[in-house]
Amino acid sequence: MSVIIVLLAFSLLIAVGFLIAYLWAVKDGQFDDKYTPSIRILFDNEKNKISHQAQNSELDKSNNDLSNQNSEFKKRSS
Amino acid sequence: MKETITKEKAKEVKCFHCGEDCVDNEIRIDEKVFCCNGCKNVYLILNNNQMCTYYSLEEKPGVSQKNHVHKNYDFLDDETIQQKLVDFSSSNFSSITFFIPQMHCSSCIWLLESLYKLNNGIKNSQVDFLKKRLTVNFNPTETKIKNIVQLLNSLGYEPQLNLEDKEKETSQEQTKKLYYKIGIAGFCFGNIMLLSFPEYLSITQTESQNLNVLFNYLMLLLSLPVFFYSANEYHISAIKGLKKKIVNIDVPVSLGILILFIRSFVDIVFYNQAGYLDSLSGLVFFLLIGRLFQNKTYYALNFERNYKSFFPISACVIRNGKETTIPIEKIEPGERMLIRNNEIIAVDSILIKGIANIDYSFVTGESSPVTIKNGDLIYAGGKQIGTAIEVESIKNISQSYLTQLWNNKAFLKQKESKVTSLANKVSKYFTFIVLFIALSSAIYWSLKNPAYIWIAVTSVLIVACPCALALSTPFTLGNILRIFGKNKFYIKNTAVIEELAKIDSIVFDKTGTLTEQKNFTIEFVGTNLTDDEKILIKSTTRNSTHPLSQKIFNSINTKYYQPDEYYELPGEGIEAKIFGNCIKLGSQQFVNSNNFELPKDYYSKVFISINNVVKGYYKISNNYRDGLKLLFEQLKRNYSITILSGDNPSEKNNLFQMFGLAKNIFFNQTPYQKLMYVGSLQNAGKKVLMIGDGLNDAGALKKSNVGISVTENTNNFSPSSDAILEASSLKKLSLFLRFCKTGEKIIIASFVISFVYNLVGLSFAVQGLLSPLIAAILMPISSISVVVFTTFTTNFFAKKSGLI
Repeated sequence: MSVIIVLLAFSLLIAVGFLIAYLWAVKDGQFDDKYTPSIRILFDNEKNKISHQAQNSELDKSNNDLSNQNSEFKKRSS
Repeated sequence: MKETITKEKAKEVKCFHCGEDCVDNEIRIDEKVFCCNGCKNVYLILNNNQMCTYYSLEEKPGVSQKNHVHKNYDFLDDETIQQKLVDFSSSNFSSITFFIPQMHCSSCIWLLESLYKLNNGIKNSQVDFLKKRLTVNFNPTETKIKNIVQLLNSLGYEPQLNLEDKEKETSQEQTKKLYYKIGIAGFCFGNIMLLSFPEYLSITQTESQNLNVLFNYLMLLLSLPVFFYSANEYHISAIKGLKKKIVNIDVPVSLGILILFIRSFVDIVFYNQAGYLDSLSGLVFFLLIGRLFQNKTYYALNFERNYKSFFPISACVIRNGKETTIPIEKIEPGERMLIRNNEIIAVDSILIKGIANIDYSFVTGESSPVTIKNGDLIYAGGKQIGTAIEVESIKNISQSYLTQLWNNKAFLKQKESKVTSLANKVSKYFTFIVLFIALSSAIYWSLKNPAYIWIAVTSVLIVACPCALALSTPFTLGNILRIFGKNKFYIKNTAVIEELAKIDSIVFDKTGTLTEQKNFTIEFVGTNLTDDEKILIKSTTRNSTHPLSQKIFNSINTKYYQPDEYYELPGEGIEAKIFGNCIKLGSQQFVNSNNFELPKDYYSKVFISINNVVKGYYKISNNYRDGLKLLFEQLKRNYSITILSGDNPSEKNNLFQMFGLAKNIFFNQTPYQKLMYVGSLQNAGKKVLMIGDGLNDAGALKKSNVGISVTENTNNFSPSSDAILEASSLKKLSLFLRFCKTGEKIIIASFVISFVYNLVGLSFAVQGLLSPLIAAILMPISSISVVVFTTFTTNFFAKKSGLI
C-alpha cells in the first residue's frame, strides 16, 4: 500500500517539475516569437567560417611548405 | 530634327540588390548591375564589411532604394524624444525596439542581426519577424540612437518611429497569462484523471479505503488552482454581466463550474465520494484552448491607427538662417519650416517660398495635387510633391484643421458595444430553461424523496453546463479567422465575423479602394508620335515633379536628354527647348489647342505641341481593380451598394458603365459627409459595411458597423478599422461575406448537437442517476464532438467555396 503512496508522491513531484519548467519557459518569452528562430538556425555561424578559413590558410601554408621542400629536394637530387 | 537620335532598347536587367528592372544608364560595379545609386551604396557598405552573405541567403533580397529619401534625424538627439523611444537605458547599456515594415525575408533577418559589425557601439540586435520588430542593445557612450537609425536608413530598412507605440505590449501579456492558465489547467486535468481511475474502474476495496480518501483530497487540492486561477475570467465576466443585468455566455459557464466545484467539495468532504473534479478541470481546459484558438492576432498589422501615426515626428525649422529639427509638438505659430519632397505638413501654414503642389489625398481623397500660390494657406496633412518649399506656421499642432477634424465628436464616438453575439443570445434562454428544469426536478423530488433534491438539482446544473455552447463559437470563428487570413483578409477579432454576417448595405470609397493607387491607363490620342518625338517628350517631363508629368515620363520607354531651356508654369504646363525643338506640355489653353476636338469625358488630359504643332493629348485615367465587375454583380443581389468619392466627377461615366449604380454614386465627398452618409443609413436601420483606404475614410470606417480598410501593401498606412484587406483579395469580398453567413449556420448546427447531448445528460440528471463516471464520459465527448464538428465543417465549406 505504502509503495503506491511513494509512487504517487514521486510522480506528482516530477509532474510539478515539468509544470514549473513550462511556466518558466512562458515567462522567459520562449513562446513570444515562434518563427524567427526557425530561420536563424539556417545561418552559417560566422565564427566557424573564420576558423575554417584560418584552418584552410594553415593547410595551404603547410602544403606550400611541403611542395617547397619537395621542389628543393628534387633540385638537390637532380 | 537637327541631330539624329539613336534608338536604344534597354535590356531586361534586374538589379542585383533589389531585383527591380534597371531602366536607364546602367550602374555597374564588380560585374553586378544596380537599378539606382541607393542600391549600389547598400551593396558597397555590405561588401566593404565582408557581409555579402546577405546576397547568398536569398536571391535579390534588398529593398528598392529608388524612392529613398535621405532624412534628417537630428531630432533624435532630443532628450524627451529619446526617452519616449528607448525601452531601457542606463549609463553604458541601452535597449531600443524599432518597427521595420520593410523586413520580408531571411536575408533581412541576417543583416539586421549583424548590425554589430557595422557599428561598434551596437552590442547585438534581435529580430522578431512576425511582428517586424528589431530590438537593438547598444552602448550609449559609443553610439547614439541617431546613428543607429541613420545606419538602418542607409541599408534601406528605415524604421517607423512612433512615439505612441508602447501600448501594444498588453496583448502580449494577456497571451502569456492565457498560456499560464492553460498549462496549469492541463496539468491539473491530467493528474486528476489519473487519480480518478479507481473511480472509473469502480475499485472500491475495503483495504484501500484510506487510499481513496487520500486520492479524493489530492484531487480537491489539484482542482483549487483550476477553479480559482484558470477559470477566474469566466467568473469575473459573469459577475460583470449580471451587474449590468445581462446574462452572457459566461453566466451559465461560471454557474456550471461553481456547482461542479461545490458538489464535488461536498461529496468529498462529507460523503467520501469522488466528485466531478475531472469533469471540472477538463471543461476549463477545453474552454481555455477555445479561447486561445480564437485569440489569433496579426502583430505586424495595426488596426488602431489615428492621424498621429501618419504624421511626422519632427519638422525641419529655419531659425536665424539655420536649419534645425524639432519635434512637431514644439512648433509655435510663426515658425519658418522647410518642407521637402514627399514630406507631410504637420501644422496649418502659409506658403512663403517655392512651388507648392500639395497632395491632400490623405485628408480629402482627392487624388490630383493642388497648386498653392504664395501667401495661401496649406492645411495640415497635405503632402508636398516636388521641390522643397518654405512655409510659415500659423497655428500649433493641436489647433490645426486636421487635428480639429479628427477630434470632432463624431470621430471620437466609440462604437456602441458590439451587438450581443449569437452565443450570448442563446445562453440567456438556455440559463433560464436550465434553472426551470432544476427547479421542477427539485419540486418533484421534494414530493417523492427529499433526500434526492440536492443530488438532482446539482446534477441538472452540472450536466447542462453549456460547454458545447461555449466552445462552438470560438472554434468556428477562430477557424474562419485563419481561413480569411490565408486569403489576405485580416480581421481584428472574431466578433467582427458575426457582424459581417448581419450586413445589408455596403459603402465603397472610390479612390484607392476601387481604383489602383499606382497603376493607371495612359493613352495618347492624336497623330502618331515618332520615336524622336517620344524622346523629346520624355526629356521634357523628366524635370517636372507634377504627378501627371511623371506618369507620362514613366510611360515612354526611350532615352532622354537634358533640355537646353526649361520653364514650368505651375498649374499650367511646361515649356522646353531640346536640340532646337520647342516642346509644350500642359493644359489646353497653355498649348493653344482650343480648336482641338474633344470627346465629352472627364479624363485628365495633357496636351502636347512640338514646334507649335499640336500633336494631341495624353488621356490618363485610373485603373479599376481586377474582378470588380463580377464582384458588383454578385453583391448587388443581396446588398444595397453606394460609392462615395472625394474626387471630382471625372470618372462618372466609367463608373456607370462598370457598376450601373446610377442612383448611388456621390462625388466631392468630404470626410465628414462620408461619415454622415453612413450615419444616415444606420438611422434607417441598415447594417453598414464601409470599405475605404485612407485617412479621409477614417471617420466613416469608425462609424460603420464594420469598417474594412483596403491596402496594396500591409506595411503602408491604413486607418483604424475592424479588418484589413489586401487589395488583391477585394474581388473575393462576396465570398467572404457569404462565408461569414455559413459560419453562423455552422454555429447554429453545433448548438443543435449540444442540445441533443444536453437532452441525454438531463434525462440522467433529473432521475438523480448522474454518476461521476457518466459525467466524465459525457462531458469530454460533447466538447470534443463540437470542436471536431465545427472545424471539419468550416474547412469543408471553405474548400467548397475555394477559400482554401
